[in-house]
Amino acid sequence: MRKNGKLSNLYLIIVFIILYAPIFYLTYYSFNSGGTMHDFERFTWEWYKEVFHDTRLFIIVLNTLIVALLAAGISTVLGVIGAIAISNVRRNRTRNTLLSLNNVLIVSPDVIIGASFLIMFTMIGIKLGFISVLISHIAFSVPIVVIMVLPKLQEMSPTLVDAAKDLGASRWDVLSKVVLPFITPGIFAGFFMALTYSLDDFAVTFFVTGNGFSTLSVEIYSMARQGISLTINALSTLIFLFTMVLVVGYYFIAQRNNKAAGMGVRK
Amino acid sequence: MSKTKNIYLIPYVFWIVLFVVAPILLIVYYSFFDIEGHLTIANYEKFFTPVYLKMTLSSFWYAFLITAFTLLISYPAAYILTKTKHKQLWLLLIILPSWINLLLKAYAFIGIFGTYGTANALLEVLGIGSKQILFTDFSFIFVSVYIFIPFMILPIFNALEELNPSLISASRDLGANSWTTFKRVIFPLTLDGVKSGCQAVFIPALSLFMITRLIAGNRVITLGTAIEQHFLVTMDWGMGSTIAVFLVIIMVLMMLLTGKRKRGV
Repeated sequence: MRKNGKLSNLYLIIVFIILYAPIFYLTYYSFNSGGTMHDFERFTWEWYKEVFHDTRLFIIVLNTLIVALLAAGISTVLGVIGAIAISNVRRNRTRNTLLSLNNVLIVSPDVIIGASFLIMFTMIGIKLGFISVLISHIAFSVPIVVIMVLPKLQEMSPTLVDAAKDLGASRWDVLSKVVLPFITPGIFAGFFMALTYSLDDFAVTFFVTGNGFSTLSVEIYSMARQGISLTINALSTLIFLFTMVLVVGYYFIAQRNNKAAGMGVRK
Repeated sequence: MSKTKNIYLIPYVFWIVLFVVAPILLIVYYSFFDIEGHLTIANYEKFFTPVYLKMTLSSFWYAFLITAFTLLISYPAAYILTKTKHKQLWLLLIILPSWINLLLKAYAFIGIFGTYGTANALLEVLGIGSKQILFTDFSFIFVSVYIFIPFMILPIFNALEELNPSLISASRDLGANSWTTFKRVIFPLTLDGVKSGCQAVFIPALSLFMITRLIAGNRVITLGTAIEQHFLVTMDWGMGSTIAVFLVIIMVLMMLLTGKRKRGV
């Protein structure tokens, strides 16, 4: 293989710098006692203290985590059921139709998902708030889990299931003793993806959240619209560190499963 | 093969009907109502007035520019990436920023592009003098491109990885220079990656609304901004739905255009 020249390495480095600059910029100024994102005055932990003393913010962080964990958990269950359902369908046309419908929510712009869910919740009469946010997060996470689990199911040899049935396993035994253990890596990957999608989502949540309920993204948006506040910088640094831990964890799970190409991309 | 019923289908199809089919139908249904709740096609008539057509066109133009610039930056980056030593690690590092909340990155640019921000400080040093950068078309496109780069690099990287290196060697052996090899062999064979990358950028670029609000200061109005405006500010759900219907149509067209088909040269 041909080696990279100096120029191309430089190009790559510039791309890296640009990609990371805003993140480090935020972190750098989160320690600025001056209170602005220019003219660094003195080093301070003030903004971090403010983050930790803000009970409202603490509740919002808690909300975000609860929604993400619940949504990821429930959508993982639904997604696994969905993936098994799709792989059990024998007719090609039905399966392709199901798969296309599954992908609709992945490719639709967030604005449309948000707007249509808003209409639906209002029509059914679900109060906007925790429940509506949770349901939407589950809804848009299910197809992601399906996508992550399906390849694992297709890798599985059907003879395994046949063998289990021949040996007298019930439907439940087949599922819990044969199928689920085999697809566990896919399930974990799906759960993590759903978690990150849910933690990150802004646009959909923005539409379906009422007045009383807020997640971090929505809160950051309204804070940012009011202008610069270094509390956001401190908060973002903490989120950055948390995300790093999550991603590294996910990366090692993916590595262990020897699935190098399993890195999904957010919308 | 045993013909047991596929009971797993029941909850899954229930989910599809409730959260995929119903929302789309509701959007279409609502697009036929005006703000007072009367059945009408006025929204569609309104969409074809110059105001909305101009907005759609400019939205397209911005999305096109964003996609083009993203591609221009990402293709070489993906290409160089495939040639590095620890490419999976580097790829992870490229993708990592995409995991950071989009709003935080947009917020960072408010600082960088602000009146006293780093960008202006740099312009001062260069002797150009400070300029209004935030709330301009430039800042909007720059930040959008910044956000979409990882989504473009990934599919192109994967396409380049699948490329059989012996094809490049063959092209070299037959006397093609680097440029010809790229133009005739590498680029055509990675076109699928480019297409899915463009798909991953173009549609979201049409529907971004938080970036336009935070960075472009409402100077740029995309289809996404208009939908958000109609749904959450003016509460004219009918008009918002109408715009959403068109966005869906554009999305479907885009998918058909860039979908994985056999290349019929």
